[in-house]
Amino acid sequence: MSDATSLIFGRLGWDALPFWSMLDDHSAMSIINGVIATGAAGMVVLGILAAIVLVTWLGKWKYLWSKWLTSPDHKKIGIMFIVIALVMLSRAIIEAVFMRAQQAVGLDGGFLTAEHFGELFTTHGTIMIFFMAMPFLTGIINYVMPLQIGARDLSFPVMNQISLGLTAAGAALTMISLVLAPFSTGGWTGYPPFTELSYNPGAGVDYWLWAVTLSTLSSTLTGINFAVTIFKKRAPGMTLFRMPLFTWTALCTAILMIFGMPPLTVATGLLALDRYLDFHMFTTDLGGNMMNYVNLLWAFGHPEVYILILPPFGIFSEIFATFSGKRIYGYKILVIATMCIAILSFTVWLHHFFTMGQSAHINAAFGIATMLIGIPTGVKVYDWMLTMYRGRIRLSVPMVYAIGFIMLFVLGGMTGIILATPSVDYQVHNSLFLIAHFHNMLIPGLLFGMLSATNFWFPKAFGFRLEERWGYRAAFCWIIGFMLAFFPLYVLGLMGMPRRSVAYFEPQYVPWMITAGIGALVILAALLCLLIQLWVSIRDRHANNVFAGDPWDGRTLEWGISSPPPEYNFPVIPEIYSIDAFMTEKDRGQGWQAPDRYDDIEMPANSAMGVIIGITGLAMAFGLTWYMWWLVIGAGLVTLVAVIARGFGRTTTRTIAACEVQRTHEHWLEQVRLTHPIDRSLEQTTSNHGRPVPPIEGAVQ
Amino acid sequence: MSSGNTRALEGNSRHPGLNLGPAHAQEEDTREEMVFGFWVFMMSDLILFGLLFATYVTMLGGTAGGPGPKELFELKSAFIQTMILLVSSVTFGMASLALKYREDKARLVVWLLVTLALGLAFLFFELKDFHSMFDKGGVPSRSGYLSAFFSLVPLHGLHVTGACIWLVALLGQMAVHGLDAPVKTGILRLAILWHFLDIVWIGIFSLVYLGGLS
Amino acid sequence: MSTRQLNEQEARECKTEQRSYLWGFGLALVLTLIPFGLVAFADVERMTLWLTIGGCALAQVIVHLRFFMHITLAKNKREDLLLVLFTVLILVILCGGTLWILFDLYKRMLPGMMP
Ligand code: HEM
Ligand SMILES: [Cu+2]
Repeated sequence: MSDATSLIFGRLGWDALPFWSMLDDHSAMSIINGVIATGAAGMVVLGILAAIVLVTWLGKWKYLWSKWLTSPDHKKIGIMFIVIALVMLSRAIIEAVFMRAQQAVGLDGGFLTAEHFGELFTTHGTIMIFFMAMPFLTGIINYVMPLQIGARDLSFPVMNQISLGLTAAGAALTMISLVLAPFSTGGWTGYPPFTELSYNPGAGVDYWLWAVTLSTLSSTLTGINFAVTIFKKRAPGMTLFRMPLFTWTALCTAILMIFGMPPLTVATGLLALDRYLDFHMFTTDLGGNMMNYVNLLWAFGHPEVYILILPPFGIFSEIFATFSGKRIYGYKILVIATMCIAILSFTVWLHHFFTMGQSAHINAAFGIATMLIGIPTGVKVYDWMLTMYRGRIRLSVPMVYAIGFIMLFVLGGMTGIILATPSVDYQVHNSLFLIAHFHNMLIPGLLFGMLSATNFWFPKAFGFRLEERWGYRAAFCWIIGFMLAFFPLYVLGLMGMPRRSVAYFEPQYVPWMITAGIGALVILAALLCLLIQLWVSIRDRHANNVFAGDPWDGRTLEWGISSPPPEYNFPVIPEIYSIDAFMTEKDRGQGWQAPDRYDDIEMPANSAMGVIIGITGLAMAFGLTWYMWWLVIGAGLVTLVAVIARGFGRTTTRTIAACEVQRTHEHWLEQVRLTHPIDRSLEQTTSNHGRPVPPIEGAVQ
Repeated sequence: MSSGNTRALEGNSRHPGLNLGPAHAQEEDTREEMVFGFWVFMMSDLILFGLLFATYVTMLGGTAGGPGPKELFELKSAFIQTMILLVSSVTFGMASLALKYREDKARLVVWLLVTLALGLAFLFFELKDFHSMFDKGGVPSRSGYLSAFFSLVPLHGLHVTGACIWLVALLGQMAVHGLDAPVKTGILRLAILWHFLDIVWIGIFSLVYLGGLS
Repeated sequence: MSTRQLNEQEARECKTEQRSYLWGFGLALVLTLIPFGLVAFADVERMTLWLTIGGCALAQVIVHLRFFMHITLAKNKREDLLLVLFTVLILVILCGGTLWILFDLYKRMLPGMMP
């Protein structure tokens, strides 16, 4: 390559195109893999083009820009986070199906190359953790938490935009890596020395590094934003021990983000120094030590899994209470258990590398600490069961997910306790047993939590219910598909099959592998059901509208406002006298009231900061990956200038007039009056427009 | 210092760092959130530094036959840097007090400029240090130990650089908008960053330099 | 902008606060000079030296927190203090754990990495 082109394009060349290797190498294997990779790249390109054409055709660019991309509204940012999560979920599931297909036919070979398989498990894992799970839970907390504490927005709305921009940039980078390949083959953990320059000189590891770094920065900022909001922006009277449980778990998750992300920043930062500036932190020579990386990564990794699981705990707490028609059992104990889990989660990280060679007493200490977490978790499970006990349980879609969760999660927890025994871990470490274990926590825990939250709060966000028939189908497909896809992996792990294997030579694995493959197909069907559910719900949105705002006879503040809520959430900030504040109001017959007087409301003004930082972040990451230094420096300078210029701006708020607030609120109250109240047997029918019959002593009718 | 007075001062403190008190009451709520948020960010940053310290200690033995602390560090230069940072903390304190009590722009700007000069001087001496280390063969690619050193100490230097840029930006804002609420909040947060960086430096000179030379 | 005139109480407070910064400076100075002086001039046993350096550093951190950052034990400052203490707890767990784990690994497998 000539000097000029390499100055501009760095090391990016034609061979980055996914079909390039196919042109040289005409073996069947190369063609198959090339076609698959090209197909994936084509889907990315087509998807982007289709989106651009669609928006242009609808003439919605301006709307998209001013109502969404530059909006500081926590609700819209939350929804955008969730959109990212759903897109990335679809990609990662498709990749999982490919892996399952490969292994189903993987006896002595299969159809994927080892490289390709390595990219698949790396992108699948990285995306699922950093670009599906994190944005999903960040989106849900973003949407729901301010409503639950009676706030109008987060403490730092522009920082919230920046978080979104950074996550979007990271997700975009993983998408770009499909078109300008390859991605890393180092797994989502990226252990050196395999990921060091000397073993992996290509762009793959750098894609992974910068995608993860963008996500880490985003999550750190998000954590700070959430924690400060919960500490400083609660409505008057909402003491800490009157906060809804979901908000409690959001707080603990935020704290884990604040303190759990830095170790990852250190680990990936040092790895980047190794790769770019010839440092020797984790190399095999000159005094480098890769065990430091493993230690740092998991000092992040374990708090991370509790970042992922605490919000679902909060979500299920809300759902069990709401759909059992009862106050949550053991509120205080649940809060204390959450705090215990959050702190204990910093004391167990070594269980991810029991086999690295340290003394038995260290393994024992961390093993015991790990098992201790089972106690507060067990307490929670009992509290949820006791919430259901003698409740009037309604098996709505969120509740089906919740019950699936409670059964499967306990099972996964048991296998976790098994793995926490160092001597057992020596046998099954790095086997499919581990894969089965953590999917058993992540799918019934995290993913079911997110999906049930979506079913639960969707009517709040969009003003109509999600259709239930397809919802049930999706939920049951998820539960059954999960069991089919992952229970065989426990067996395979005990039979000795290592994780991350592209092929194997033991015929007795095959039946289990095929079962797991069928499970993956059922999961794919579940994904389809979700999409159909969304489609059908949008089609029937008028029949299912719940403008009055309370379709489930909810207990917490967010149900006491219209669906969708006005951008300022509350016409006046409510005063709180108890937990389950809205249920208390309804109980006293004081729901849906007009305030004595309305005031002007000051809201944050639109800002392009999130978009700018997202784009410059993406440009810097891309430039770093391909050694396009001009891009890195240019984008860095733009970022600096933008941040400094923002500091000089002074009009950062805009005012909504009291009369407009009054008009909106009174229109809604009028609609509520006109809505026919229904009792719970009609919850899933078209007569549910969001107004329940009054409760009797806090119990649902 | 009478304790009664101190209590009176602490009586209306709402966030870490210097509180501006009743004379600056407008926008007190947003200021409280901003400063508290920044404080939380500092704590997150502290974890980052803490882990780098721990990693540095684990790499002490990884010199791979290359130069170690005794060959590379100079006590005098470390002492000079320490003194500069300590004095700059005090001068920033004086700037904060000028803001709090007199809203005296001239005095505030002078103290901030002195602080800025000290910050730049610190960076100068630090770079000179690195230069002389390089001359003695102490480059990060030489050994794991040196890599650990150069991932920890320059990171602190980068923070100081960032703080200096922020300081200049705040002076610019002051020139354009005067001493308005966002500038005040900015100075309070920058003060926290500045004092925080001095605390991190205590760790660096004690552990890296003094520990290495003893 | 003109200089604001201070009333009597404000003037007094200003003095106290100024003095508080200077107190902080003095204490920090002493706590810096001791370890530097010991390393430069004295011939002390290594362990004692390290403990002194560590002790002075800790004391100086507290001095900075108290006199420069205004983190005190006063009632209404509990939130900041709690945050600092929580951070210290996490730091101790993470850093202590790191040292414990890695030096144990060195002892068993990489004696060359022992300093
Ligand atoms: C939806 C159904 C899913 C299927 C069928 C699936 C399947 C797989 C497969 C086949 C692997 C590779 C196992 C191996 O190494 O041999 C894998 C790895 C992984 N999965 Fe999933 N998965 C699913 C969902 C999830 C979810 C929801 C998450 C996280 C939120 C997740 C996180 C991971 C991670 C972190 C890895 C490890 C990647 C690595 O080895 O670096 N998966 N999954
Ligand atoms: Cu773990």
